[in-house]
Amino acid sequence: MNIACEALSRTTATASDVERWRSDFPLLRERVRGRPLVYLDNAATTHKPRAVIDAGNDFYAYYNANVHRGVHTLSQRATDAFEAARVKVQRFINAAAPAEVVFTRGTTDAINLVAQSFVRPMLAHGDEILISAMEHHSNIVPWQLVCEQTGAILKVVPINDAGEFQFQAYELLLGARTRFVAISQISNALGSITDIERVVALAHARGVPVLVDGAQAISHVSVDVCTSDCDFFVFSGHKSFGPTGIGVLYGKAARLRAMPPYQGGGDMIRSVTFEKTEYADIPQRFEAGTPNIAGAIALGVALDYVAAIGVDAIVTHERDLLRYATRQLSCIPGLRIIGNAKEKAGIVSFILDGVHPHDIGTVLDGEGVAIRTGHHCAMPAMQHFGLPGGTARASFALYNTQQDVEALVAAIHKVRRTFR
Amino acid sequence: MTGEPRDLYQELILEHCRRPRNFRVLPEADYTARGDNPLCGDQLDVYVKLEQGVIRDITFSGVSCAVATASASLMTEALLGGDTSKAQRLSEDFQRMVTEAGNSSHCGLGELVVFGKVREFPSRVQCATLAWHALDTVLRESHGDAVCSSSAIERSPIAGDQEFVR
Repeated sequence: MNIACEALSRTTATASDVERWRSDFPLLRERVRGRPLVYLDNAATTHKPRAVIDAGNDFYAYYNANVHRGVHTLSQRATDAFEAARVKVQRFINAAAPAEVVFTRGTTDAINLVAQSFVRPMLAHGDEILISAMEHHSNIVPWQLVCEQTGAILKVVPINDAGEFQFQAYELLLGARTRFVAISQISNALGSITDIERVVALAHARGVPVLVDGAQAISHVSVDVCTSDCDFFVFSGHKSFGPTGIGVLYGKAARLRAMPPYQGGGDMIRSVTFEKTEYADIPQRFEAGTPNIAGAIALGVALDYVAAIGVDAIVTHERDLLRYATRQLSCIPGLRIIGNAKEKAGIVSFILDGVHPHDIGTVLDGEGVAIRTGHHCAMPAMQHFGLPGGTARASFALYNTQQDVEALVAAIHKVRRTFR
Repeated sequence: MTGEPRDLYQELILEHCRRPRNFRVLPEADYTARGDNPLCGDQLDVYVKLEQGVIRDITFSGVSCAVATASASLMTEALLGGDTSKAQRLSEDFQRMVTEAGNSSHCGLGELVVFGKVREFPSRVQCATLAWHALDTVLRESHGDAVCSSSAIERSPIAGDQEFVR
């Protein structure tokens, strides 16, 4: 390591805050292979603070009941907590009404819902859907399915070699046959942040509705569906300190009301006869069957937790970490960072000369450092950079520290020694 | 069970990763098959030239990690010049070694025992078996062809497969 790298200034302003945040997460006290856990796989999933774990457990321990149907006390308590969670989501993303918040199993489920219920019915042969070259498979495959079903065409907005969304090409691709745009706000593989307001404004100018895949954005940047004016915004609970198996589809009320149900079943109907069934109003129309009640309640608590810390504080902390990690990693001989967008979230994808990412991951794991390796469910983005074996990816959350980055750097040096 | 990375990355594996043997496309191959690892996107192609059941040449190409590359490299060395039934046996023994715990003997595997620790890294088993899965495909196809050309008794390809699919 050269002197310039050693002399990098450290950001210590929030060190005690971060220590306090860390103490909220039981899993961060775990040791891996006898070493303190250095968890840098937050883009895959985040850990859960004690309050979130307790919220899920408390539901089952103290007021487990089904929602929206029983007249008994427990059912009312469960319903109240479930609906209160919906309001928490509404406020967190600044939706106009709780009815615009549909609970789903996660981002993937939400995108499939929109693809099948909103987009599919309006597509004709030769119509076009626009996505970008750095989408997660969950924002590619549902659209391919819809295209197969309707004869529509999937068009891809290119990225440049920094991993930035190409607006000029986007404007050219937005054509007379474009029916829908689905773009991720933050690339999970590269960390690039796309200016969603601009994406939406350009599409709306041509009357095209937009879905924003917010899986990586939620709790890492400020999300405001009112300001961005997107028609749909989707995210998963587990990437935002909440449980797995719960996610959110935000949709403008007028859009949701115009959509047929995605799945049929209980809880999504107004009345059922064998001749005709009347569907419930939104959001219940899209929540067939008993929902993940504990998950929704715990997600509400997770968003409370993030709101109490403040998204701005998180953004600042993660930006400092990104800057520190980028500089430290750039000092490692043979290491190349993939994705150098001007606007980037706390995600660093990298490759190391002569070492496959998979091997990097195994050696790092031996040092207690957890990262993701491979294609990150974004194979087309990897192909853009000519990296069929993918990259190694470190991704940060509010509880990561400069020491975590230093452990990562030390472990990468061990990789280099192993494969010398 | 999880092992220490240094047990996985033994010198023989690192050496074959740095200098893989028989690492080239084989245009005159009679059989070619691809191994895919959906976890990381790695792909290896295995090429085999057969003469009356004997592997006259065997090579591989593709992009893969150290474990998959070294496994493919050592595989080609172990199989070159042998017959398909030996290849079949080695493939079964190798895949059993990297997936099943126990103290069964792997003496027939020779240098390939260096991969014995892979089973302590469950996420890496697919890497070690990538080339072998491609080999299995080659063996199934060659077996099917041999049956078709040498036997008057009609056998469905599925019946042929079942002898090889474990």
